Amino acid sequence: MEISERHEHDVLVIGAGGAGLRAAIAAIEAGASVGLVGKSLLGKAHTVMAEGGMAAALGNNRPEDNWQVHFRDTMRGGKGLCDWRMARAHAAEAPDRVRELEAWGALFDRAEDGRMNQRPFGGHTYGRLAHVGDRTGLEMIRTLQDHAVHEGADVFMECTVFRLILVDGRVAGALAYWRPTGEFVLFRARTVILATGGLGKAWKVTSNSWECTGDGVALAYGAGAELMGMEFVQFHPTGMVWPPSVRGTLVTEGVRGEGGVLTNGDGERFMFRYVPEMFEGDYAESEEEADRWVEGDRTANRRPPELLTRDVVAKAIVAEVEAGRGSPHGGVFLNISEKRSPEYIKAKLPSMYHQFKELAGVDITTDAMEVGPTTHYAMGGVKVDPETAATCVPGLYAAGEVAAGLHGGNRLGGNSLSDLIVFGQRAGAAAAQEAGDVSFAEIPASELSAAVAGATAPFARDGGRNPFGLQEELQAVMQDKVGIARTERALREALEDVHRLRGALDTCSVRGGRAFNPGWHTWLDLHAMLTVAEAVVLSALERRESRGAHTRIDCPDSDASLGRVNLVIRSSDGRMVTDTEAVSEPPAELRQLIEEGV
Amino acid sequence: MAERTFKVYRGSGDDGQLESYTIEVDQGMVVLDAIHRIQAEHAPDLAVRWNCKAGKCGSCSCEVNGRPRLTCMTRLSDYEEGESITVTPMKAFPVIKDLVADVSRAYRNNASIPRFRPRPRDAEDGWRMKQFEIERAQEMRKCIECFLCQDVCHVLRSHGKHAEFIGPTYLVRTAGYSLNPIDVEDRSAFLKESGGIGFCNITKCCTEVCPESISITDNAIIPLKERVVDRFYDPVKALVRLVRRR
Repeated sequence: MEISERHEHDVLVIGAGGAGLRAAIAAIEAGASVGLVGKSLLGKAHTVMAEGGMAAALGNNRPEDNWQVHFRDTMRGGKGLCDWRMARAHAAEAPDRVRELEAWGALFDRAEDGRMNQRPFGGHTYGRLAHVGDRTGLEMIRTLQDHAVHEGADVFMECTVFRLILVDGRVAGALAYWRPTGEFVLFRARTVILATGGLGKAWKVTSNSWECTGDGVALAYGAGAELMGMEFVQFHPTGMVWPPSVRGTLVTEGVRGEGGVLTNGDGERFMFRYVPEMFEGDYAESEEEADRWVEGDRTANRRPPELLTRDVVAKAIVAEVEAGRGSPHGGVFLNISEKRSPEYIKAKLPSMYHQFKELAGVDITTDAMEVGPTTHYAMGGVKVDPETAATCVPGLYAAGEVAAGLHGGNRLGGNSLSDLIVFGQRAGAAAAQEAGDVSFAEIPASELSAAVAGATAPFARDGGRNPFGLQEELQAVMQDKVGIARTERALREALEDVHRLRGALDTCSVRGGRAFNPGWHTWLDLHAMLTVAEAVVLSALERRESRGAHTRIDCPDSDASLGRVNLVIRSSDGRMVTDTEAVSEPPAELRQLIEEGV
Repeated sequence: MAERTFKVYRGSGDDGQLESYTIEVDQGMVVLDAIHRIQAEHAPDLAVRWNCKAGKCGSCSCEVNGRPRLTCMTRLSDYEEGESITVTPMKAFPVIKDLVADVSRAYRNNASIPRFRPRPRDAEDGWRMKQFEIERAQEMRKCIECFLCQDVCHVLRSHGKHAEFIGPTYLVRTAGYSLNPIDVEDRSAFLKESGGIGFCNITKCCTEVCPESISITDNAIIPLKERVVDRFYDPVKALVRLVRRR
C-alpha cells in the first residue's frame, strides 16, 4: 500500500490541544517550521472542555500569593511525588504565560480593579484561578488556535499518528492516516513533541472524549521512552451520575469554588469528617465558618472542606455511598442554590446551568445536582527532563497531560491548564533549538510498508470481533478492577484480562472502506488503550500502599519508603517491566518552604 | 426500555440515502447516544464527529428532522413516541461521509480575518478592563464553532455565496476581536470586501439556532455593519477625509 503524502518540518507537534498549540507557537517564535497534527478538527481537542480555570499566582485577589505558595500547594497536593523542579518552573512561569494569553486576545473575567479575577479551587491556599465563567478551556484553545494559525503553523486536522519512526535510535518522523480518507501520510521532522493529552477513555465512567486513548503514552513507550507514575489516575469527585447517558460528564470544581456544598443522602454536610491530618487546621471547622468564607470574609475564616484536594473528596464520596448514605442514583448531592442567587449562578456557572437543564432536567439555581467520581486525568505519563520536556529518546519531547512529573500522586484543579502553557512553551523552545542541530533522516521504505500493512490488517479479516465490543469490555475491566479502590486480587485479574484483550485485538475485523471509518479508528486506538491499561495495572500492583489518587484497599496506609520513589515502566525484550526511581530531593530552602510554609 | 427507529444518512458526497435502524433506547438518551448505539450494534463504519458530548466543543452538529442541532444536546424525549427521527449532515456543507461534513472552508474563512492587535499595555502586568466593558466581547467568545449558524444562513444554504460571504460564525469571531476593548485593528475594509457583510440581510435565522444563545444578528453583525457604514458611507467623515487629503 502506498504512502500518498509526505511532509517535512523542523518540529512536528502531535496533538493540537493547549500544550501542542503552545509548543507550536514557541517553536515558531524560535524560528522553526512547525507541523501541528491533531485527531479532531482544530479547536475541538479536550482542552476545550476545561471549565474552572488555570492556576497562576498573579496575586490579583490576594497580594500574599506568590510562586512560593503555589509551589508549596502543588507539592503538598502531589503527596510527595512531584518533581520539585517542574513544580517550581510551573509556579514561577504560569503568571507570564497567562498574561501573554491576554496579549493574544483572551478575555478573562475581571476583578473590581480591572485586573484578572481569580477563583478559589481545591488545594490552593488563595483564590488563584484565572477564568472565564466555566468555559476557561474554550477561551484558552480559541486564543492559542488563532494565534498559532496566524503565526504560521502548518495544521493537519483529523489526522491520527499511529507510529513514531526511529532511525538509528533517534526519532525521525511519524506515520499517520487522514481520518476523512484513510490515506496514509508520512511526516518527517528533526524533532517531535508529543502533546496528545490523556487516557481516560479506557474507563467506562469518564469525563474524557473519544480522543483520550493514551496515544502519546503508547507512541513513546513503543519508541523506547520510559513511563512514570502510571498508577496515578485522577478520579474527579464530581461527574454527573444521572441520567445514564451522561454518567461521567464533568461538573466543574468551580461549583465548589463558588460556594457549592456536598451533602449525603441523610442531608449531612459530610466533608467536615474527612479532613486528612496533613491539612488539619487549613480548613473551616464549622458550617458557619465556611459560610463566612463563602460570603467573602477570607482572611479571618478558612475555606470550606469541599475544597480539599480531589483525591480526598472523591474517596469521601465513595465512602459515603458505600456506607449507604448515597443519593438515589448512587452519588451524593452538590448544591449551590442555597449559597448563591440564581443570577450569580447563571453568570459564574453558565454552562453547568445549561448542562443540567438540558441533559438532566435539573435547575441548579433551585435544586441540588447528583454527582459522583469520574475518570478525569492522568498524573502519570511519559517521563521527561524537568527543564526541557525531553524524553530519553533522542529528538522526542512530551508536554501537557501526556507527560509525567509535575502533579505527582494527585493534581490540583487548575494546575492542568497552566501546565499546558508552561511546559508546552518549554518543549517548543527546546525542540526548536535541538532541531537546529540535526538533519532529516532517511526512512527505510520497508519499515513504512510493514506499519501500513499492520494498520490495515483487520480489513482482510471477516466475521471477527467488533472493535466497539472490545473497547466496551476493556472499559468495564478498568472501571471494575482498576478504579478508585483497588486490590491485588482484582488487579491480577485485570492484568490477565488486558493480556486476553490484547490477543483478541488480532482477531477483530473491520467492515467498510478506509474513509472515515470509526470502527477502524477504534481498533487502532485500542492498541494504545491496551498499552496504557497494562502500564496502569502493573504500576498499581507494584505500589502496595495508598497515596493520593491511588488507593489500595488491601494496603490502606501510606508507606513512607514508597513515598520517596516513583514507579517507572520500560520495555525490556518486548515485555513491560516496572522499576523504581528515587524522587529527587528539593534543596533545603524549598524543603523548608514545603514543610513549614511561606 | 423502548425501541425506536432512526433514519440516518449514509453515503459519500451526493451519493447517499437514508437507512433505517431500530435500537433500544434508555431514559435520558440524546440523538448522539442513539448514533453511537447504531454504530456499536449495527454499523461500525457509520461516520459521525463528536468530542465532548456536553455541548462545549461544537463537533456533533447535524440536522435532526431537518433542523440544525447539536446531536449531543438533543434529547430523544423531545420527540413524540411514534415520531420518526431523521439525522442528516449539515446541508450547507459538502458531505465527506454519512453525517460528517467538509468544514474546511470555514477554517479558511477564519484564517482570513485580520488578527487581534492590542493597544500597548496599561501597566507592566497587562491591561485594566471593567467586567461590563468586556461582556459584549465575551458573549462572542462563547462561540463553540459548531457551524449551525453557517448551516442555517440562507445566503450560504440557499444561495451558495460561499466565496463572497464569510458567514455568521466568522462575523461572530470578528466581533470577538473587534469588541475587545483593547483591540485597535480596523477590520471594516475586510468586512466590506472579502468578508461580504453586505450579503447579510438580518433575517436572524443564525441567532435562532445558536446553542450558546449568542445574539448573533443584534450583537455581532449589526454593530459590525455600523462600523463599515461609519467608515465608508458617513458623508461627514468622507468630507473630513477629503479635506485632510488636500
